[in-house]
Amino acid sequence: MMHFLLLFSRQGKLRLQKWFTPIPEREKKKIVRDMTTMVLGRKPRSCNFLHWKDLKIVYKKYASLYFCCGLDAEENELLALEVLHRYVELLDKYFGNVCELDIIFNFEKAYFILDEFLLGGEVQETSKQVVSRSIEASDMLQEVSERPCSR
Amino acid sequence: MSPSVRLQEMIRVIRGARTQGEERGVIQRECAAIRAQFRQADNGTRSHNLAKLLYVHMLGYPAHFGQMECVRLIASPRYNEKRVGYLGAMMLLDEKQDASLLITNSIKNDLSHSSQYVQSLALCTLGCMGSAEMCRDLAPEIDRLLRASNSYIKKKAALCAVHIVRKVPELGELFTPASRSLLSEKNHGVLHGAVVLITELCERNPETLEQFRKAVPELVQIMKGLVMSGYSPEHNVAGISDPFLQVRILRLLRILGRNNETASDAVNDLLAQVATNTDSSKTAGSAVLYETVLTVMDIKSESGLRVLAVNILGRFLLNNDRNIRYISMTSLQKIVQTDHNAVQRHRGTIVDCLKDQDASVKRRALELSLALVSAVNIRSLMKELLLFLSSCPPELRAHTTSGIFNAAERYAPSQRWHIDTILHVLTTAGGDVRDETVPNLIQLITTATELHCYTVHKLYRALIADISVQSLVQVACWCIGEYGDLLLRGECEETEPVQVAEDDVLDALETVLQSHMSSPATRGFALTATMKLSTRITHNVDRIRSIVSIYGSCIDVELQQRAVEYNALFKKYDHMRPGKTLGPNYRLFMTFVSHSHPPQSVQLQMKAPSGDVIPAHGLGQVTQTVLLNNPNKVSLKMRVRVCYTSQDFVCQDTVQIDSFPSPAW
Repeated sequence: MMHFLLLFSRQGKLRLQKWFTPIPEREKKKIVRDMTTMVLGRKPRSCNFLHWKDLKIVYKKYASLYFCCGLDAEENELLALEVLHRYVELLDKYFGNVCELDIIFNFEKAYFILDEFLLGGEVQETSKQVVSRSIEASDMLQEVSERPCSR
Repeated sequence: MSPSVRLQEMIRVIRGARTQGEERGVIQRECAAIRAQFRQADNGTRSHNLAKLLYVHMLGYPAHFGQMECVRLIASPRYNEKRVGYLGAMMLLDEKQDASLLITNSIKNDLSHSSQYVQSLALCTLGCMGSAEMCRDLAPEIDRLLRASNSYIKKKAALCAVHIVRKVPELGELFTPASRSLLSEKNHGVLHGAVVLITELCERNPETLEQFRKAVPELVQIMKGLVMSGYSPEHNVAGISDPFLQVRILRLLRILGRNNETASDAVNDLLAQVATNTDSSKTAGSAVLYETVLTVMDIKSESGLRVLAVNILGRFLLNNDRNIRYISMTSLQKIVQTDHNAVQRHRGTIVDCLKDQDASVKRRALELSLALVSAVNIRSLMKELLLFLSSCPPELRAHTTSGIFNAAERYAPSQRWHIDTILHVLTTAGGDVRDETVPNLIQLITTATELHCYTVHKLYRALIADISVQSLVQVACWCIGEYGDLLLRGECEETEPVQVAEDDVLDALETVLQSHMSSPATRGFALTATMKLSTRITHNVDRIRSIVSIYGSCIDVELQQRAVEYNALFKKYDHMRPGKTLGPNYRLFMTFVSHSHPPQSVQLQMKAPSGDVIPAHGLGQVTQTVLLNNPNKVSLKMRVRVCYTSQDFVCQDTVQIDSFPSPAW
């Protein structure tokens, strides 16, 4: 399973953090620091896999954002790259040519999309269209429930 | 103004802060306002305030006062409030917080909500942060949803069940019947969830594993369908139909086929099919192939299939994608012992990876190369390893030198090759070798009697070229002291002899003695060598005597002691000198038994011997004090080896000390 998924900028600013195992707040901060230090310190043409404690770390840079996840040792790293890529595609479809600012100003939407794609650290839906349609439907439901007359 | 703009407005203001202090100020004000609003009655802005708080939390500021608000919002009948409330619960609450229990009831209600999107929120939250207690409480609900709901809910319920089983393994039994029937679903999301759930159940319970072996044919069919199906727009990734599902099925088949002939047989054909039909030009295909290889190697596959799998790994080594090269190496490392011959076939490619730019790939290539050394390939492989050593990254040097030495010791085709190899390593990386390299090399040289002339020539040349590498200088000094007469003779079979005079040799040793680069130990070697030459040369004994007496007042106590004793020898045994090669090359070796290196905490200090000559006929003795510092009182056993020459014969005595006086440990 995936233990955590982090998105951070080139300056190490955290843009999204999803934790799939219960970890104390202080330790979360330490993990984030370790991940940003390790990943940002990598040379440009290194491979995308690292080891950290007993986890495999898979990361990929998309424009100005680093997508970084921590996996159990028996996970398939190449597939993890595909998982990260799929999430980026979903964000891209939703925001239309997604960029870091979209994720900063609409962070809650980024989480909602993630929660339609992964659940409990595992992939929950393998079809892009199904995920996109579910998000659209949820958004419409949200819009309806926000209208004053629906109080 | 739409409420969500207020959130974005706040984000804009925070980002506009020019200093950390300014940011803190803005956030403190916002949090105060949010707190105040939380205390008020419902005014339609709760969800947006919580969203603001979640943003602030992501920046690293405390947000625990929002926990109860999450509980309240989750209980709201409005979807937009539930949505943010559940998000907040996943971010701010975990099973360790008391507040998390308070949402159990809301989750229970929402699991039966009429809207599947509300059900989805509850399932997602439970699957993300549900505590063991919550899981026990809600497991029957999840089982119900696994059986009777639409595919949107079923797939989420399956993964929720996975989380529950991880938290409360005994509940696995509850989900086993439902998970079996899920395999007949067509929906990929549900299938994927089912496979993940079954995998989890089988990993935790051997009886369940036994049961699910019966499902192998069904899984094979599903997999075949994916591999042989035509283009499916909904699930296609770079020509592969649903690589996520394929990989999970392969992993489940691995678990089911492990240690079981029948199950392994049933998947042999499928694995061969996947291995040959999967297009690996993109990552998706490579991911599937990689999982296939792992499965082949882990179950009881036919040998032909195993070779096929290793060949796939070999092909991966040639891939342009660095990631694929890396995982190929890690996989090869795992099987190099069990499938040694198959991996040997790819030795050339592996050795080429020593030149890769990526440090991780280099490291893996080194490990694999060392594992592949054999008597057959030692010469060619050592050439590559020595080449690698000359340009390898500093953090790998020590590992490389010790790997090279081990390989040389095991498979050296000749003593000359062995000596040459060690000398090459010392010249290239003499600063990164272990301490016992020097005595080990001395030992090796001593026993290679036909090569003494060759060796002393080689070492002399190395010494006059460079005296900075201590290990090399020490061995060179010792060798010159020992076989200096062969050097001066001016003839050698194995190599071009040097034409040196006694003065040249003494010049070289004196340079070492005087150089600031020489460590005290090195100086000791040089002084002893100078002394030994006094029995092997004829014209320059006086020069030696004067060098030795200078060091009689050296500030280094070790050196001083040696020099004084040697001086005494000059006086006492002058009459024995001419014509007799009596000077013993006394060397005391001590090694710790049953440790390849001394235990870390124990320190060994060998003092200079009391003398260099043991007179004949029992007329005297030589003593040498060895100080052992054993602060951790580790139990010690030592083997002591004494090397010396007597009347031109090299002798060796070994004695083992099994028990030290009890205060020692």
